[in-house]
Amino acid sequence: MNRRLFLSSLVLAPSLAAAGGSFFIKNAKILTVTKGRVDGALLIRDGKIAAIGANLTAPADALTLDAEGGYLMPGIVDCHAHVGADAINEGTISVSSMVRIEDVLAPDDVQIYRGLAAGVTTSNVLHGSANTIGGQCSVVKMRWGKSATQMVFAGAKPGIKFALGENVKRSGGGTNFSGTLRYPATRMGVEDVVREAFNDARAYQRQRDEYQTRLAKGERVLPPRRDFKLEPLVEVLEGRRLVHAHCYRSDEILMLLRAAEEFGFRIRTLQHGLEAYKVAKEIAKHGAGVSTFADSWSYKIEAYDAIPYNAALCMKAGVLTSLNTDAPVTQQRHLLQDAAKTLRYGQLTDDEALSLITINPARQLMIEDRVGSLEVGKDADIVFTDKHPLSLYAKVRKVFIDGEVYFDREQDIRQRAERAERRKALIEKLKPAARPSQKKGAR
Amino acid sequence: MQKLLVSTVLLAAAGLAQSPVAGVLAIRGAHLHPASGPSLPNGNIVLRNGLIESIGPNVPIPPEAFVVDGAGLQVYPGLIDALSTWGLPAAPARPTAAPAPGPSPATPAVLERPIQTLDEGGPEERPSNNSWVRAADLLDPRLATLAAARNAGYTTAISFPGANVFSGQGSAYNVAGTRSRQMVIEEGVGQMITFPVRGFGGGFPGSLMGIISYIRQIFSDAAHYRSSQALYAKDPRGLPRPPYDRALDGVIASPRLLLPAGRLAEIDRMIRFGQELQQPLVLYGGAESFRGAALLAAAKVPMLVNLRWPEAERDADPFVKDSLRVLETRDLAPTGPAVLAKAGVKFAFYSGGVERPADLRKAVKKAVDAGLSKEDALKALTLYPAQIFGLDNRLGSLEPGKIANLTVIEGDLFDDRAKLKFTIIDGVKYEPAPETAPETNR
Repeated sequence: MNRRLFLSSLVLAPSLAAAGGSFFIKNAKILTVTKGRVDGALLIRDGKIAAIGANLTAPADALTLDAEGGYLMPGIVDCHAHVGADAINEGTISVSSMVRIEDVLAPDDVQIYRGLAAGVTTSNVLHGSANTIGGQCSVVKMRWGKSATQMVFAGAKPGIKFALGENVKRSGGGTNFSGTLRYPATRMGVEDVVREAFNDARAYQRQRDEYQTRLAKGERVLPPRRDFKLEPLVEVLEGRRLVHAHCYRSDEILMLLRAAEEFGFRIRTLQHGLEAYKVAKEIAKHGAGVSTFADSWSYKIEAYDAIPYNAALCMKAGVLTSLNTDAPVTQQRHLLQDAAKTLRYGQLTDDEALSLITINPARQLMIEDRVGSLEVGKDADIVFTDKHPLSLYAKVRKVFIDGEVYFDREQDIRQRAERAERRKALIEKLKPAARPSQKKGAR
Repeated sequence: MQKLLVSTVLLAAAGLAQSPVAGVLAIRGAHLHPASGPSLPNGNIVLRNGLIESIGPNVPIPPEAFVVDGAGLQVYPGLIDALSTWGLPAAPARPTAAPAPGPSPATPAVLERPIQTLDEGGPEERPSNNSWVRAADLLDPRLATLAAARNAGYTTAISFPGANVFSGQGSAYNVAGTRSRQMVIEEGVGQMITFPVRGFGGGFPGSLMGIISYIRQIFSDAAHYRSSQALYAKDPRGLPRPPYDRALDGVIASPRLLLPAGRLAEIDRMIRFGQELQQPLVLYGGAESFRGAALLAAAKVPMLVNLRWPEAERDADPFVKDSLRVLETRDLAPTGPAVLAKAGVKFAFYSGGVERPADLRKAVKKAVDAGLSKEDALKALTLYPAQIFGLDNRLGSLEPGKIANLTVIEGDLFDDRAKLKFTIIDGVKYEPAPETAPETNR
């Protein structure tokens, strides 16, 4: 009931939201990313893209929006973010595969709205990089104002975070954090943790199979205890869960690819992978993708060899490549500019640059049949900008997810003064009066 | 008789080991508020041997009764603190650092106990688990918090043992008596979960999601433990012996699960988690009840509302600006109970972080001022907590046969200046006594 009160704080354009699912956006330059540019109109029906064309006519039941010559592009997919969650790291142990970001999704995190305002419509919300095998990640749509369950990207393949290098070997140790030292403290130890975990997972797999066999034979046998730590690793072994591995250096990248091959699974993405350009051929051969920064380097010892050509070089070596934010480490509102940087560093085309933040991350997350490009039948996740989105001067005017307007720049601007007023009034109202009984004794 | 009773009370208050005698006591011509039905502006209530014998406009007063003239008195069922620490020994000294930041308007003032690791099966096996510990076994009748609770008009506390992930079994007990075993009403009313988020030091689980995963594993283990035991009990021959595990026994013995939830997102999260665990569920905290009432109503989950209303942290960083949403929550939290009542959600108040029991009535008044009817406010202090914890066949209203717990006020309960006249606990009358040296559980 007070849901209404909650909704009133949302930035939904009521006139647009009430359109019954049909929008006709005309007079637009439509950057499909996969099928070139179409100057014309786009029709949204029931949350999907129903038509794209130069000579479409508006259906009678659709609400028409004049793009005034502005641009439409697919909603941005950020393959690596830490937004919208009440916890990021379970850093107490080196294998925390039992923890799930989905358990702690925080739909009230304002970072979701900020990312949305930058055109991000899908994020892969990852566990942090404090330990070798982190937690299960959650692909979400940035449906600001909806509940945690409604944020989840239904049907996205489950994933898990791995991490290598400095963060892993320093966290939980004596240098950064108080408390007992946590194994491992070296890159050798990191490799060992991976192998040990998957040996355990194989043993668990065998134990479960053996139970089934004995049960089938009609033997009286106690069922094995379910192990929520090893189950997701078994899923990795069986190809049912994607591995997104935080890494920097080329040597640790090769180590992880070899270890995975030894256990018979693939790394889906190398996250950050700042030295991926050095081993791009090997990465392509393994079949891993790379999701990297545009031009962040030298901010830590293992980032000294990073170069801004990384994305372009990987792409040209045949690696499925994307740009990510690690938000809030870098900001989701920088992603368009980050993509634009590859025009300078690597001479990518406009479509190649846009693919780094749309269809490629969608492919990495295996959701490309739903999002990542403007194609008929895909989810109507659309960013409307006034200028070409790779221009520094472009502003995001509206963002659609599933055909609903979730961000509207004009409305946001209109609400700012009113929100500032409410803030001021509330601060005044909540000022503590002198209440002697509230004084508390020394703690 | 009166002298005897008074001296008994004094002895009890002094903590001497002599049981007070609950004889026959009657209040004549008082304004009675049974909580289970309409109030009686001029009625009598008769108590015998610690139980309510009769209540009504004209019920006869037995000649052997000690009679209190009820003129000008309002008689309520004894107030219940739905999530308390009164009567439990003080915690070992806590580090003086400010409490951890984060989504914690829900965190009650509970005892901090050292984390225990019980099993060597790995870091995530059984840490932070006191599931088998019962508050009843820790109850100390000599503690000044009990007298303070009586002075504030409370007759019953539902207390929980500590601040572990599995904090142990709550117990319901009356806040007066000389022997804890006579004070206890029900020794196991539910397992309280807290989220002691500690960061990277101190072992698994250190994060909110780690704790949630750990709870999920424990409940899965408990189900496995139960089925293994059943199979073994049928015929142990040829089977490995299931190991004894008191941490799982404690979980299995708990009739309901208490999960913390302040924000709307937490209310939603914990309702879904409770459903996943298939446990009868009670939430506590409720700062954003005004936002989450519809969810609670749909899931039929009761909420224990913390009477420490959210407010700006003292010594908060002046450069950190609270979001509009946080400000709204602080402003509207006291409207939560009214919204819950309207949505048909069962709710009860608890003392939470209110450090002086005497301030509790002021805190309740805030909810009444914010739109909660006095009838619902009274129920949230009496009948509803009794119902939520399955004690309403014994407690929570003025009905014949129930435990003789009464709160008697010279004036209206929700007028925070009205004076508490006396409480009656297990049929024994307790006058408000000057508080001894302050002793809190913090």
